[in-house]
Amino acid sequence: MQIYLNEKQLEVDNHLSLYELRNTYQANADLLIINGYPASTDQVLNPGDHIVMIRRGECPSAEELESLMMARHTPGVQQKIKQGKVGIAGAGGLGSHVAIALVRIGIGQLNIVDFDVVEPSNLNRQQYFFDQIGMPKVLALKENLQRINPNSKINIFNQKVVPENIGEFFGEVDILVEAFDKADQKAMLTNCFLSNFPDKFLVAASGIAGYEPSNTIQTTRISERFYLCGDGISAAEPGRGLMAPRVGIAAHHQANTVLQLLLNNRAE
Amino acid sequence: MKITINGETKEFREQLTVQQLLQRLKLQSDQVVVEINRTILPPAVHHDTELKSGDIIELVQFVGGG
Repeated sequence: MQIYLNEKQLEVDNHLSLYELRNTYQANADLLIINGYPASTDQVLNPGDHIVMIRRGECPSAEELESLMMARHTPGVQQKIKQGKVGIAGAGGLGSHVAIALVRIGIGQLNIVDFDVVEPSNLNRQQYFFDQIGMPKVLALKENLQRINPNSKINIFNQKVVPENIGEFFGEVDILVEAFDKADQKAMLTNCFLSNFPDKFLVAASGIAGYEPSNTIQTTRISERFYLCGDGISAAEPGRGLMAPRVGIAAHHQANTVLQLLLNNRAE
Repeated sequence: MKITINGETKEFREQLTVQQLLQRLKLQSDQVVVEINRTILPPAVHHDTELKSGDIIELVQFVGGG
């Protein structure tokens, strides 16, 4: 019969038991998970069972982690994600969330640019930690991303983006995520990037502040290669601050748009 | 002159530049992305680009927050 051991297909004898499988393939494993549940006793395996064996404290190799991701996303999908090169302009509330979502799905390469350092007030919505206050954001973010997946390829630039250096940071990416804070910077990046790189996609955000309804945040295709996420109107201003839930919703709209573009060359 | 802005057709009596259109719509030119007939119009030429009847315009006014 066929079963799956650590997400790989395996042909085994009928009526093989879980412990027999462990003793044959991974005798030192101390945690056996069968179809998503930790097993505490031996049991006879059935065709199609998914078994994961873990030795506590031992991390998978780069190849093992990749084959686990491959199995989770199916090979065709994972291959496309793995080839994707994505730029992220700004590592604040939007950029830090987008980066984490893309690294979790196994993105091929990220180029992240930001000139700021982590401040206490950032912790209300940005993916940094108390002990990272004072660190350049790009360094702190790379550290966090590599804790999720040490094999991820992350290029960081601790600089301010201006029209003259957009090509240097983002000339090689397929898709750029606009994740700035200020409206004029968002417009500057969009204007320069779409004019200079008419073959690449831009996924921008506008209108993400406050605690207005979740469902007013939408993804809109403005033109062929320009997507905009947000409600379009909720500016950050006194009385309407930026907060984790809505910023996170908008950021994940951006990340999902990137994913759709990588897989289908178009987003809905 | 009839132009289409973000999918809506609007009629204007007089000739307008992009900059004048933005002023009329009370949009801040440094926070706006203007696309005319599927081409991005750089902000530096907003003031000397004349709109013509039939133009299809996409206007995005960004707001702050990220």
